[in-house]
Amino acid sequence: MIRSSVFWSAVAGRTSQAVLVAVVVGVVSFCMMQALPGDAAYRIAAGRYGYDMMDAASAAIVRIELGLDQPTSVQLLNWLGSLAQLDLGKSAVTGNRVTEELSVQLGHSLLLAGAGVVVSLLIAVPIGVAAGLRPGGIVDRISLGASIVLRAVPAFALGVLLMLALAVHMKLLPVAGFQSPKHLILPALTLGLGLAAVSSRVVRDAVCDAMSAEWRMFSRTKGLSRWQTLRRHVLRNAALPVVAYVGVQLAYVIEGVVIVESIFSWPGIGHALVHAIFGRDVAMVQGTALALGLLYVLLNLLIDLSCQGIDPRRRAIA
Amino acid sequence: MSHTQILANTPQQRGLNFARLLGLSLLTGLALCAVMGPELIGIDPARQSLMHTLQSPSAAHWLGTDHLGRDMLARLLSGAQLSLSLAALSVFTAAVPGTLMGILASWRGGWTDRILTLFADAVLALPGLLLVLMLAAISPGSWWALYAGLSLTLWVEYFRYTRQRSRVILSEPSVEASRLLGFGAVHIVKRHLLPEIGPGLLTIAAFGAATAVTAVAALGFVSVGIRPPTAEWGVMMTQLLPYWREAPFLILQPVLCLVLTVLALHLSVGVRKPA
Repeated sequence: MIRSSVFWSAVAGRTSQAVLVAVVVGVVSFCMMQALPGDAAYRIAAGRYGYDMMDAASAAIVRIELGLDQPTSVQLLNWLGSLAQLDLGKSAVTGNRVTEELSVQLGHSLLLAGAGVVVSLLIAVPIGVAAGLRPGGIVDRISLGASIVLRAVPAFALGVLLMLALAVHMKLLPVAGFQSPKHLILPALTLGLGLAAVSSRVVRDAVCDAMSAEWRMFSRTKGLSRWQTLRRHVLRNAALPVVAYVGVQLAYVIEGVVIVESIFSWPGIGHALVHAIFGRDVAMVQGTALALGLLYVLLNLLIDLSCQGIDPRRRAIA
Repeated sequence: MSHTQILANTPQQRGLNFARLLGLSLLTGLALCAVMGPELIGIDPARQSLMHTLQSPSAAHWLGTDHLGRDMLARLLSGAQLSLSLAALSVFTAAVPGTLMGILASWRGGWTDRILTLFADAVLALPGLLLVLMLAAISPGSWWALYAGLSLTLWVEYFRYTRQRSRVILSEPSVEASRLLGFGAVHIVKRHLLPEIGPGLLTIAAFGAATAVTAVAALGFVSVGIRPPTAEWGVMMTQLLPYWREAPFLILQPVLCLVLTVLALHLSVGVRKPA
C-alpha cells in the first residue's frame, strides 16, 4: 500500500508537469502564429486553393470557417482546445500530418539520446571509480581539471571541434548524415562527453562516500578481499546517486539532442524543430516542441520510478 | 543546475582560492575588452575587403581576416560586446523580479505563493534552452526576442532559491524580534534576508550569465538566433566552418572566446575543494 501511494504521487506530479508543458507550448506557438507577418486568412487560403485561385472572397470564407474573425482570447482557447484533442495539424512546408512526421523522427531522437547516455556512462564510470578510490590522487585531480574545462565547452562547440578533428582532419568517421551505424558515433560522443564531464564527478563522490562508510570497513574486517568489497558493496551503493543524477541531466540531454542533431544533420525531432523555426512552420514547431517536452516528462517519470525500485528506503517515505 | 558536483555553491566551500581568482580576473579582462575594445582598435567589424580574404594574422589584422576580408579581432570584440551585454541585461532583468517575487511568495504565502509557484513550474516544465528557442522564434533574428526569452527562462532560479531560503529565515527568532521592535518589511529584507541569500544569488547569476552566453551562441550557430551580418560568435562559427581547410585558425577563434567566457563565469564561483 505504501509503495503504491509513493508510485501514484510520482505519477500525479509528472502528469501535472505534462499538462503545463502542453499549455506553455500551445500558448507560445499561438503567439508565434499571431506574430507571423501578413493576414493569416489569406495565407491559409493560398495554401488551400493555390496562389492563383485565391481572392478576397475565399479568404473571407476561410476567416469565418476557422474563426479568425473572433477576438484573440477566443482564438487562443480554440487553439488550446484542438491541442487538447491531440490535433497537431499539418506541416506548412511538407503538407504531411505533424503526427506522422513525429512518429518517424521520435525513434531517431531516442536512439541518439540513449546512445549519448550510454557513452557518458562508459566514460564516466571507469574514470569516476578510479578517481573515487584515491581522492586527491593524480587521476582525481586530472579528471577534475578535465571536467571543469569540458563543462565550459558548449555542446555545439564540442560537436564542431570533434567533427573537425575526427571526421574532417583524420577522416576516421563520416562528417554528418544518417546512413550507417558509423554516423551515430560522432553525435553520441558529443552528447556523451558533455554529460560525462559532470557525471564522472558524481560517480567519484559516490564511490568516495561508499569507500569511507562503516559497512565497507566491516566487510573488509570480516575478511572479504578489496575486489570483493568493491564489487559487491561499494559499486552497488554508488549506483544509486548515479542513476538519480541521470534524471538531473535529462534537461541537458534534451537540449543537447536539439543542438547535436542540427550540427550532424541527424533526422530527429530536435533537427526538425530548428528547421521548423527557421521556416516559420508553426504547426511543426508546436508538434516537435510538444514531443520533446513530453519526452522530457516521461523520462523523468521513469527515473523517479527506477530510483524507487533500486532503493527500498525511498519507497518507505510516504 | 548540474554544476553542483564540480563547483562550490556555498561561501563555506568557496574561499578566495586560485581558481576563483583566475576566473574573476579572466572575467574582468573579457568585460574590459568588450566595453573598450571596439573603440580602441577603431576598425569597423562590417567593413569588407574582398581582396584580402582569409588572411593570416598580420600587423594590419592582428587575428587575420574572415572569408569576406573583415577584420577578425574587430568582429570578435563586437561579438563579445553583444554576448556579454545581452547576458548581463537578461541576468539583471531576471534577478530583480525573480528575487522580489520569491520574497513576496514566502512572505505572503497562501494564494500569492501558489500562483507564483505555478508560473515557475510552467517555466521549468520544459528544458531551458527549448523555451528560449521557442520564445526567440516568435520574432526570429531580433535582439529583443532573445533578451525576453532569456529573462523569462532565467528568473525562475532566483525565485525558487529566494522563496526556499527566506521561508526558513523569516521564521527565525531574530526576525521575530525585529518585527516586535516595530521594524518594517524593508528593514527585515535588507538586514536579515539579503545578507543571507546574497552569495547564493551571485552564484545563480554567474551560472545564468554562462547559460545566456551559451544560448545566444547556440541559437546563432543553428541560424535561429542573431542573424548575419551581425558579428556574433555562434554566427561566426557557422560562417567560418566551410573554410576550415584553408584557415583552421579562424573558426577556432570564436570557439575559444566562447569557452573562455563560460569558463571564466564558472570559475568565478570557485571550484569545490576535493574532499
